[in-house]
Amino acid sequence: MAFIDLTSLGKSFGPTTVVRDFDLALGMGEFVSLLGPSGCGKTTVLRMVAGFETPDSGDIRIEGQSQLRLRANQRQIGMVFQSYALFPNLTVAENVAFGLRVAKTAPAAIARRVEEMLDMVGLAALKARYPYQLSGGQQQRVALARAIAPRPRVLLLDEPLSALDAKIRVALRTEIRTIQRQLGITTLFVTHDQEEALSMSDRIVVMNGGRAEQIGTPVEIYNQPATRFVAGFIGTLNVIEGQVGRDGGAYLDCAGGRLPLPDGFGAQAGERLSVAVRPQSLRPVAVEGDGLRGIVRHVEFMGAFTRLHVACGAMTVLVDCFARDLAATVTVGGPIGLTVATDEVLRLSA
Amino acid sequence: MTAKRIGSWAVFILAAVYFLLPLVGTLEFSLRARRGVYSLDAYRNVLGDPQFQQTLAYSLILSVATVVLGVLIVAPTAFWVRLKMPRLRPVVEFITLLPLVIPPIIIVFGYIRLFNTASILPLTGSSRGTDFLLAAGYATLSLPYMYRAIDTGLRAIDVRTLTEAAQSLGAGWVTVLARVILPNIAVAILSGAFLTFAIVIGEYVIAALLNRPAFGPYMVWMGSNRAYEPAALAVIAFGMTWASMAVIQFLARRTRFTKV
Ligand SMILES: Nc1ncnc2c1ncn2[C@@H]1O[C@H](COP(=O)(O)OP(=O)(O)O)[C@@H](O)[C@H]1O
Ligand SMILES: [Mg+2]
Repeated sequence: MAFIDLTSLGKSFGPTTVVRDFDLALGMGEFVSLLGPSGCGKTTVLRMVAGFETPDSGDIRIEGQSQLRLRANQRQIGMVFQSYALFPNLTVAENVAFGLRVAKTAPAAIARRVEEMLDMVGLAALKARYPYQLSGGQQQRVALARAIAPRPRVLLLDEPLSALDAKIRVALRTEIRTIQRQLGITTLFVTHDQEEALSMSDRIVVMNGGRAEQIGTPVEIYNQPATRFVAGFIGTLNVIEGQVGRDGGAYLDCAGGRLPLPDGFGAQAGERLSVAVRPQSLRPVAVEGDGLRGIVRHVEFMGAFTRLHVACGAMTVLVDCFARDLAATVTVGGPIGLTVATDEVLRLSA
Repeated sequence: MTAKRIGSWAVFILAAVYFLLPLVGTLEFSLRARRGVYSLDAYRNVLGDPQFQQTLAYSLILSVATVVLGVLIVAPTAFWVRLKMPRLRPVVEFITLLPLVIPPIIIVFGYIRLFNTASILPLTGSSRGTDFLLAAGYATLSLPYMYRAIDTGLRAIDVRTLTEAAQSLGAGWVTVLARVILPNIAVAILSGAFLTFAIVIGEYVIAALLNRPAFGPYMVWMGSNRAYEPAALAVIAFGMTWASMAVIQFLARRTRFTKV
């Protein structure tokens, strides 16, 4: 039995359905991210778990117990908000102590726990400050300490890093994950940033239009995107449409030429099909034989790699290559051939 | 210096004269109790009058009761409307404005009819009961100011997220209000409180008709029986109002946790 079970959750606001048929099971101590574009219902799922919204259908169980009849303040679920939501009238230490004081913990125990929490997030020196005297990153650390202090059963984080600078965001990402691992606290993390989700999660739920499009480990989600939406959302991706070769050959005829398909791709001869190829899977070669051809339209130096924009008929394909793979023949406006290893052609279901 | 600039200064000076002239006149008159010289005799008489001290003390205590009653009614209401029924806000706002259009005399006659000694709840039968009615009447009169002050305070904080943060930490509604919302709108409550204070100190109709020894009726009585003392009283009352304004400003600036 999973630690947390969300079963066929549904929620509408008036006529608009925001979450539909949402199923998810979290193991004890697992870190799961809800990933999706803005407005796809991530926050709504989180708020239903927290008890701030009531689902129209489905159930939320923790250790087998339905939570629907419990109010938010009875659920023992910690929450971290994008806007930090620290109490402006309380000091850092008082903020962290809030949940413990509400639970009527003994003062000595509160003091000990607050100290422990502030040490954990590295803010012991700032415990007498007020929130307005802290930077965004510090405030979010306090918010994390405050949420964890009363030992909640589950930790929910709603885009906790979105309001922070890039550098702090990356540092805090690691910190949150380290603390989460140390404490073994089951965590549901909402983000619209694929890099964040890929780097932090045990598993990722990619959401679209209120539904879970795919649930899997970061590696699975990245390497085997189940749908076109997932493929497009996780990283930059070339979606190539074409028709499977009629003469029984395992290749796709498309605007740019011929794309070889892996064995057991399961496509019917003559079927129209979309496949996905990552920019880094494509390799520039001389213009001959099989593979795609096109005209180099644009060359972008990205630092670690170089990105080519190649026009193959009406479609533009992005190609990322390292300097050593970059044929000297690549010139803007000139022709180019592209190959791809067959096992790096991704099948998309929709 | 452009003509526009001169024009705005002229308007400012005109307005200042318009406001200040009556005050200066009153002040000047209040100092003339002794023939031929300026003196503080009128002030001495007023401040030394036991009636002055008693009625002022009564009204001060009553204004505190009124503020407490007002906050207890308005703060949870404004909070709830903001959090759960934002669409009802115009309606609630309209209701809180009613005391501005309904004269106090109607309120007090309503009270007397409802709570007279022959009624089920004979509040006018005892002086404590009548004091309560008076505080209730004043709380009604201060409703427009109290509601606006508190609602403005609530607008300045993220009510919803703070409430949810507190709830996720286990807090119930009372804790949320008492420990999170009220402390963060303390300055707003205070400014509402001082406006209430100004109303309670000067109010005549309700206090007179309920026959309570309040400061308003005392001022009126003084006005119809003495010459110089009413002017001194007016200056004192005016001074108290300005002192409360100054206190609001001071406290607003001194609040340690806001960076306004
Ligand atoms: N209280 C609400 N009333 C009406 N619509 C809402 C409410 N909360 C969210 N929505 C709508 O539900 C959709 C999903 O919102 P949300 O769960 O916040 O998405 P996300 O967090 O993925 O950006 C949005 O279109 C939003 O406008
Ligand atoms: Mg959201």
